[in-house]
Amino acid sequence: MAISFVVNGEKKTVDVPPMSRLLDVLRDDLHLTGTKEGCGEGECGSCSVLMNGELVNSCLVPALQAEGATICTIEGMSKNGEMSPIQKKFLECGAAQCGICTPGMVLAAHHLLQKYPSPTMEQIREGLAGNLCRCTGYQRIFEAVAECGKEQSELIATSGAK
Amino acid sequence: MRSNVSEYEMIAPRTLDAVLQTMAAKPGEYLPVAGGTEVMVMLGVGKLAAKKLVSLGAVKELRFIAERADTVTIGSGTTFTDIRKSALIAKEFPLLAQAAGWTGSIANQNRATLGGNMVNASPAADSPPALLAYGAEVEIVSARGARTLPYSEFHKGYKKTALAADELLRSITLPRRFAGYFQRSRKVGTRNAQAISKVAMAFVAKKDGDVVTEIAIGGASLREMPIRCAATERALLGKMLDAATIAAARVALAGEIAPIDDIRSTGKYRVQVIGNILEDFLKELAGS
Repeated sequence: MAISFVVNGEKKTVDVPPMSRLLDVLRDDLHLTGTKEGCGEGECGSCSVLMNGELVNSCLVPALQAEGATICTIEGMSKNGEMSPIQKKFLECGAAQCGICTPGMVLAAHHLLQKYPSPTMEQIREGLAGNLCRCTGYQRIFEAVAECGKEQSELIATSGAK
Repeated sequence: MRSNVSEYEMIAPRTLDAVLQTMAAKPGEYLPVAGGTEVMVMLGVGKLAAKKLVSLGAVKELRFIAERADTVTIGSGTTFTDIRKSALIAKEFPLLAQAAGWTGSIANQNRATLGGNMVNASPAADSPPALLAYGAEVEIVSARGARTLPYSEFHKGYKKTALAADELLRSITLPRRFAGYFQRSRKVGTRNAQAISKVAMAFVAKKDGDVVTEIAIGGASLREMPIRCAATERALLGKMLDAATIAAARVALAGEIAPIDDIRSTGKYRVQVIGNILEDFLKELAGS
């Protein structure tokens, strides 16, 4: 079945069975292997992508339900080879170790920061609660997201002062 | 083992009518799929028996929260994120808002729907206790017409519902009459995000002095299906909130539930914990 959607700003059409997992379509058909598979049952968040601006587990999205959607994967977060501010903070704070959870963490953090530009620690913990990390112990990830929030609130404060 | 996806068919009509016509043409052949958070897990482990699926994802008319003078009606395709965003539900049905926040992670709440949670009919589902405590009514539709049913009559056994093969849950209606009521719910699970309940209870009550004048209790993981704890309610209604009543209510609760031993917990633990939760709520109600 031909299914069309926009991925990272580009219109794509794939010919896949309608119940294919969006995760497999992204990785195998579109070769966007930044999206990782962890548990394959919506528990770990490593396959997180944004679909129409909402965070979803791509392992639980049948391809047909992505018809006409706008999807953003980790590959869409950087621009012209330049990391996004969230990715830079992850690097600075040592928030990535083995890397399997990182793409999902970055997208969950992006979704959270869209909702709460300077989130409290409680909001960070809840926003990332669906993303499991077996290396870092989470603290550095939370710090990276908190740092993003701090910078954003500083930006807002400075622009407000003008 | 994972299923072979090429063996599965899926269609995605844009209207409720088209979905109902599909279900009427060959009752039982098409399994409706809303957010896919349950069905795709079944597919992943090779246990999705239905080979034909009808997606409800494009049916916008199932996704709404409608406010009327005496009721609030929620479309079955309303996501848990939609519910959490609703100021009306947060204010008037806080136990449902709380349950929406307990349902899976943010990513799952963005996809999973209230109707899907109910129709999937897990005894451990998060939304049923609150809906039972609030005395929800459900509207069921098919190409043959529509009917309504008290939600307390919707679950018929383990993963069994009152839906016929050609029927779909369209909406859930809640009465707007709980302002000033004592409302509490609690879920005991292993992890905050997406832990499945070991036990859960939603509790709505009113008292006059020390006497219980109204009470409704919904529970999850207490039996083979979500239940309204009718015997416990009878042990409390019209009674003084004293130690003897609380003890009698615990006995009544233990008598009407039949929790199982499974990977998440034991029946013995569940009986003890749900009794403790009930006692906490009753003591808090007595002191309120």
